[in-house]
Amino acid sequence: MKRCAFDLHSHSCLSPCAENSSTPDVMAGLFALSGFDIAALTDHNSCRNCEAFLKACEHYGILGIPGMELNTAEEVHVICLFEELSSAMAFSEYVYKRLPDIRNRPRIFGEQLYAAWDGSITGEEEKLLISASGIGVYEAADLAAKFGGTAYPAHIDREANSLLNNLGFWDGGMGFGMAELSMACPADFPSRREDLAGVRFLRGSDAHRVEQIPERPSQFMELDKLDRASVIAWLRRRNTL
Amino acid sequence: MTVNELTGAMELEIFALPAPENSITGAYCGDLLSWVMGRAEPGNAWFTIMSNQNVAAVAVMADLSCVILTEGVRPDPQLMEKAEAEGINLLGTALSTYEASVRLAATLGP
Repeated sequence: MKRCAFDLHSHSCLSPCAENSSTPDVMAGLFALSGFDIAALTDHNSCRNCEAFLKACEHYGILGIPGMELNTAEEVHVICLFEELSSAMAFSEYVYKRLPDIRNRPRIFGEQLYAAWDGSITGEEEKLLISASGIGVYEAADLAAKFGGTAYPAHIDREANSLLNNLGFWDGGMGFGMAELSMACPADFPSRREDLAGVRFLRGSDAHRVEQIPERPSQFMELDKLDRASVIAWLRRRNTL
Repeated sequence: MTVNELTGAMELEIFALPAPENSITGAYCGDLLSWVMGRAEPGNAWFTIMSNQNVAAVAVMADLSCVILTEGVRPDPQLMEKAEAEGINLLGTALSTYEASVRLAATLGP
């Protein structure tokens, strides 16, 4: 068994709210430097910088996980993680088609940049990626599973874009067995809410720039083998009701 | 009616008032930012309880005359800064969104 340090929530320059300097290779490099074995890239409603991120992670000797921070129709943020890059890309296309046709205004929201694994900028996304998709929160878990991934709600302790705040309470009918808490969330938060009984938790850095990547890891998973199939299987076990 | 006049008439708290002469065409109520972006009309006053910096970005996108935070909600410091920088009028009231809407309707008249 290997004890593997992980963080499964981060953004690259494709997310308008992230720094332009947060190219996938820079984020991957900092995760490696900070001692992480496993890191996921979860840009808003897109996996299109994941190929570069995975390649950069490989270069730096850590395991990259392709992912997305899906924004549901209720504006609830949901982390979706995949075993295969190809499934993540198919999911990404599915979500892209369900985003409203609103163009980004880079001066207001920030630029949405595509990058290659060497950090070069290869293009810019014109559709606003932080819009709500047409996918409902009750659909998200099944949908991610259909694409070979797993999904759970992000930063449920926060005010903005959180399942608890936007929907009022946790409902097992949504199909999630696990939830993410923000790094700043008090440890006793889950025990203060009866509706969270039985739910498992992990924390996500939600790093939008390198300084937000934790200086040292605080979460670990025990794996027989450090590969994507084992990571997704570990998450799925915890994410079942 | 201008935003400045409405601020006086409804005794709104001023968080940022960089464009007091904006004219109010009507109002939109809602807390899901995507809905506001897609549905609010230019010049609308926007009633919301959301207080993060994306509120200012949405107000710019939708070309709104002002944002009115209801229920006594206070803006995040980043929202205050962004509202000032983007020329967005940011106001507040202790009234609920419903009560504030009724007051606005009565103030604007038929």
